[in-house]
Amino acid sequence: MAEKNYTTVSIPKPLAKKVKKRMEGTGFNSMSSYVTYVLRQVISSMEEEDEEEEFSEEDEEKVKERLRALGYLD
Amino acid sequence: MSKPHGGTLINRMAPDGKKERLREESEEMKSITLNSELRKDVHNIAHGVYSPLTGFFSSEDFDSVIEHSRLSDDLPWTLPIVLDVPEEKAEELNEGEEICLKTKEGDPLAILDIDDIYTFDKDRMAENIYGTTDIEHPGVEKTRNMDDYLVGGDILQIKDKDTDFEKYHLVPKETRVLFKEKGWRQVVGFQTRNVPHMGHEYVQRTALTFVDGIFINPIIGKKKKGDYRDEVILDAYDTLMDEYFLKNRAVMSILEAEMRYAGPKEAVFHAIMRKNFGCTHFIVGRDHAGVGDYYGPYEAQDIFDEFPDLGITPVFFKSFTYCEKCGGAVDGHICPHGDEYRENFSGTKMRNMFKDGKKPPERMMRPEVAESVLKQDKKFVE
Repeated sequence: MAEKNYTTVSIPKPLAKKVKKRMEGTGFNSMSSYVTYVLRQVISSMEEEDEEEEFSEEDEEKVKERLRALGYLD
Repeated sequence: MSKPHGGTLINRMAPDGKKERLREESEEMKSITLNSELRKDVHNIAHGVYSPLTGFFSSEDFDSVIEHSRLSDDLPWTLPIVLDVPEEKAEELNEGEEICLKTKEGDPLAILDIDDIYTFDKDRMAENIYGTTDIEHPGVEKTRNMDDYLVGGDILQIKDKDTDFEKYHLVPKETRVLFKEKGWRQVVGFQTRNVPHMGHEYVQRTALTFVDGIFINPIIGKKKKGDYRDEVILDAYDTLMDEYFLKNRAVMSILEAEMRYAGPKEAVFHAIMRKNFGCTHFIVGRDHAGVGDYYGPYEAQDIFDEFPDLGITPVFFKSFTYCEKCGGAVDGHICPHGDEYRENFSGTKMRNMFKDGKKPPERMMRPEVAESVLKQDKKFVE
């Protein structure tokens, strides 16, 4: 059975109280699973904002040639 | 446009200048012969359809995906991509060794750099992926019939897979350039295995209303007896797009991948692949990728709640019907009329009409699409 590696993070108690309140009615059964969910969402949206890797001009031109030959581009 | 899953579009194609040398070197290597489904996996890894995978699963990723639906680095991933071999073959191989993956005709296809050889529990895999160990489920049956050892490691493809559908065959790098050239920022992906009827078109048009373009992406490959043949589906979609879609708002290309009928887990996997093609949204219908009654009608939609970090937005559709009073396709959100006015878009009924050489009524299917099916000599897989 695979075990996930977990670690402990400390947060201020007043924040923990807010998190607990926010969790009510969400269906999450522990603060850890709720915080994991929120962090995954936040990190993923930050990663989406990172600069996108571009193809080289030469690569892109080759692709466009094929797309034109197949009729996808005019 | 969506970033590739994991942030980088994977390219595991050997550079043109090295292919010949690698091909020669591969002749001296031990080899594994791949069936057609594994060849598709190699192709999809090499061209980034499965980004961020760079090869077949190691035991670490395998266990993590089976237990948590995430790769070992926490990235969402729901189906194992594995290379199985029999015990006699596993005993010949060593970790750290490079071997050749060959087609059944003996052509070298890719080099695999082995980093793990391991066994696995088939029932655990079936239970966690398909939610059942019932042998009647096609995915469970396939799992039970797998060889007992799995070989993990990065691949480098030296020969592209042949395809019968060159015109429709685009890889993620190509769709990404295409969407950019068309100026599409938001693209919705539509997965299909069928000839389009009015219900499908309703879903496609509704989704298209809110985004810049639609990417129609039929899954091509192994099919059941009685299914529409691939050529029939492609021709029907060509007809629909020519007649009823704006040329600059819809694109179709095929996806050569295996249907596993894993319902909810497969729906997430389908979304990940479309994200790699550049889609920002993905349409998930009722019982997406389901089979029989193994999954609830909307389980394949509910599962998306578990993945706030998927990086592609699912677009959910409930079931839809034709309403005589509304005069078109509707769903429960938009039509107040009762069952006496409703008619289901029955794929079985339409298939039976085609078998009898009849055209389904216009309220069910565009006449041009129906004609494109009727003109085909062989419509169905025999």
